[in-house]
Amino acid sequence: MTEPVISSLNLATASAEIFMIAAICVILLVDVFLSDRSRWVTYALSLLALAGAAAVTLHLSVTGRVSAFDGTFVADPMGEVLKLFAYGTVAVAFMYSREYLKRAGLFKGEYFILGLVVLLGIMVIISAGSLITVYIGVELMSLALYAMVAFDRDSGVAAESAMKYFVLGAIASGLLLYGFSIIYGMTGTLQLDELAVAVREVGPDKLGLVFGLVFIVAGVAFKFGAVPFHMWVPDVYHGAPTPVTLFIGSAPKIASYALAIRVLAEGLDSMVASWQTMLIALSVLSMIIGNVVAIAQTNLKRMLAYSTISHVGFILLGILAGTPDGYRAAMFYTITYVIMSIGSFAMILLLSRQGFEADRIEDFKGLNRKSPWFAAVMMMLMFSTAGVPPFLGFWAKLAVLAAVVNVELVWLATVAVVLAVVAAFYYLRVIKVMYFDEPTDSVVVDAGGTLRVLLSLNGLAVLVLGIFPGALIDLCARVLP
Amino acid sequence: MQFTWPILSVLIWLPIVGGVALLVLGDRNIALGRWVALITTAVTFGLSTLLYTNFDATTAGMQFVEKLAWIPAFSAWYSLGVDGIAMPLIILTTFVTPLVVIAAWTVIEKRPAQYFAAFLILEGLMTGVFAATDALLFYVLWEAMLIPMFIIIGVWGGARRVYATLKFFLYTFLGSVLMLVSLIYMYLKTCDAGQCSYAIADFQNLPLALNAQLLIFVAFMVAFAVKVPMWPVHTWLPDAHVEAPTGGSVILAAIMLKMGGYGFLRFSLPITPDASAELDWLIISMSLIAVVYIGFVAIAQKDMKKLIAYSSVAHMGFVTLGSFLAFDLLQVNGDVRGAAMGIDGAMVQMISHGLISGALFFCVGVLYDRVHSREIAAYGGVINTMPIFGAFAVLFAMANSGLPATSGFVGEFLVILASFRADFWYAFLAAVTLILGAAYTLWLVKRVIFGAVANDNVAAMTDLNGREFFVLGILAVAVLLLGVWPAPLLDVMRPTVEHLVQQITVSKL
Repeated sequence: MTEPVISSLNLATASAEIFMIAAICVILLVDVFLSDRSRWVTYALSLLALAGAAAVTLHLSVTGRVSAFDGTFVADPMGEVLKLFAYGTVAVAFMYSREYLKRAGLFKGEYFILGLVVLLGIMVIISAGSLITVYIGVELMSLALYAMVAFDRDSGVAAESAMKYFVLGAIASGLLLYGFSIIYGMTGTLQLDELAVAVREVGPDKLGLVFGLVFIVAGVAFKFGAVPFHMWVPDVYHGAPTPVTLFIGSAPKIASYALAIRVLAEGLDSMVASWQTMLIALSVLSMIIGNVVAIAQTNLKRMLAYSTISHVGFILLGILAGTPDGYRAAMFYTITYVIMSIGSFAMILLLSRQGFEADRIEDFKGLNRKSPWFAAVMMMLMFSTAGVPPFLGFWAKLAVLAAVVNVELVWLATVAVVLAVVAAFYYLRVIKVMYFDEPTDSVVVDAGGTLRVLLSLNGLAVLVLGIFPGALIDLCARVLP
Repeated sequence: MQFTWPILSVLIWLPIVGGVALLVLGDRNIALGRWVALITTAVTFGLSTLLYTNFDATTAGMQFVEKLAWIPAFSAWYSLGVDGIAMPLIILTTFVTPLVVIAAWTVIEKRPAQYFAAFLILEGLMTGVFAATDALLFYVLWEAMLIPMFIIIGVWGGARRVYATLKFFLYTFLGSVLMLVSLIYMYLKTCDAGQCSYAIADFQNLPLALNAQLLIFVAFMVAFAVKVPMWPVHTWLPDAHVEAPTGGSVILAAIMLKMGGYGFLRFSLPITPDASAELDWLIISMSLIAVVYIGFVAIAQKDMKKLIAYSSVAHMGFVTLGSFLAFDLLQVNGDVRGAAMGIDGAMVQMISHGLISGALFFCVGVLYDRVHSREIAAYGGVINTMPIFGAFAVLFAMANSGLPATSGFVGEFLVILASFRADFWYAFLAAVTLILGAAYTLWLVKRVIFGAVANDNVAAMTDLNGREFFVLGILAVAVLLLGVWPAPLLDVMRPTVEHLVQQITVSKL
């Protein structure tokens, strides 16, 4: 390397991350001096930080690929869109959660600060230009997530699931790191763009590379929650306080997508034949296990956890196609999934009240009688998640299916659609209890204004974007040419 | 004559907007809600008649065409248009829906606003299915349509409604997802050819190898056969019919089943002609089994709705039989006229069955509202207390068994005639329906309508009120009119059917 390191530092490219870390420190300091009654300041500052980060990202908008820190950090249009979407998701998650946290006595600074740290990790993964950056991002995100799960200190279940999450997560990080080290040993580089070249030179079929790849794919699959690395998902979703479940079920999925794209599609693109086979197995297993086991669940959080696993199978379908079309489809699917998932968990928050978690499916009984509008919102979310048109989820499924059929994997598309029918059954069951059953109590839905308005918008978004999906699809197409 | 305003869009969106308005209005002022529903559907019907009066019956092309960019990334267009096959089905849809609204006027007590809204939204979606000329738009509407029906059966249905509606939804959903994969496959084929498109017309012109055609044909067959429904995938229908509220049964029988037949004519025949020619024996045998075997099954039923449901399966067998006879006729002796006759018969049978089965379900609804039982054994001698109703019921029963001068005769006769040209045994088996149909319908009439008053419930029954009289009267007029004078229907279809026959004679290999 002949040019001086300092000239390629290019600090400004990472302004959003720098802003975010500064904001986290400030909020952390301010929070220390706040009494419980004025905790809203932390909340407001967190939202402000997100808005600020969005402004910085928009201001520094790039049209092509810009690298910084000697190539270990990249900014590109895809990353920009994913980051902006992540800010929005985190902001919505905070706003959804506020009321519930207050009621449960959990309205503390930690939720917001840890949430922002998770976001920072996500941003680093999204902008990763080298395997080391990827790893830093993954750890930053994961450690904060473990802490978030255990954040309700008095809950034994939450502590147990946090422990499970931590131990399994640590193993996965180890796998990932081990895979990285083997790849590094074979190619002599950690930087993704150089790696892509080096792998071609070494030969993508080289046993050592494939050996390393297996560990990387396993690590990625764990972060996604794909079968057979899915064991943590139901327990963590079920055990964590609902606002944390909502959080875990949304923004980190963006990171998983970015992780797969950066490492597999950018760094190891020439090994597509190898990772395609692995991802096919993971995807089919995820769709089968996720959908079949979800049928047996009576707890909505657990059911949604298994449904997440099956959706991961669909996201992997797009990635394993190994074409720009497929990556776009997977990105579109990820965004769609996050919109639907965050709304579904927010419905649980909406119906929960003092001392009562509305997290069993039967807690939705007769919702149409109590609140026709929110029953309709949940119905739209469920039909969308099931992939029934005209809702958004259908287009996401269509996009990944088209990508898969395009690479001559028609059988895989057929398997996927048949499993989508299996999935329809358990989503329909939720609609069944809301519409066909009579309510067992006469409690009215009395959640606060923010939650109601946001959730209404969330439900409408699923419908309106479902009728006019063009803009969102075009956005994904524009950033991933 | 074409219009300067988008008539098809209005026919689709007006009921949907009306439905949403009803949902917003809620049950607060249901008297107003009912009128909103009635006026919306009546206006929609009125506008749809303009399709008929302004239809150009000299061309097979799409008319009243609309085309707007929808999803450029998928090359999907919001494109609508009707030809001689779609137009009558749209009018059937807009004709039956107001009758459903009138029939439900004060009968539905549980959340009536949502009930009417569901039917209005359903109407718009169903019209869209028949009007869509873009396969993706077609698919979206085809699936979306399941949602209101799922709710209708599940909320306002009978005791086993949850089972029935889940079965209905999952059965039809499973059928159609395979169709989606075929659509995607063909879309990508059009991309290979240079111009990505989901337009049905482009699919029809797309050259396809026989293997691909066979797979596509099977995928389509599953989707449409479930919808028709054909034996052996008909088992959802009796359950759905029995549990659905009267309006749901009517729409299901009168219109939703027709979508299967429409799908065969619009997709299977012209898109996969070679595969259809290869596998026509399969469809023909399934149809004949439906006609004969399901006819026997119908005789054995104890539940009126179930009996009519099985009779629907048998009658829809004629639709699929008529559609696929064409291949047999063309292969054996290039009989173009016979092929057109079969398809004509299938179309007339669809419209006619829509009217007759709808009317029969209304009749059962009338009885059910009074006695709250669908069991045949719960009735007997209804004619003594309800003479006017008895007259209607006998008329529709006769029409159902294919009595000449009713619409039921025309379609069946055309199909039987066409099957004679193909094979004597086809015609023989198809004609068995005339005996079986008469057997199960007339026996039903004998047990329910005639005889001595069976019990106190029947003795206490009151005859039709004005609302019910109106609904059944209009349907009776339509059934008779189509029976004695089917020419207006046949005339508008002729160029389209001829074009279709010509399309399927050209191999796509």
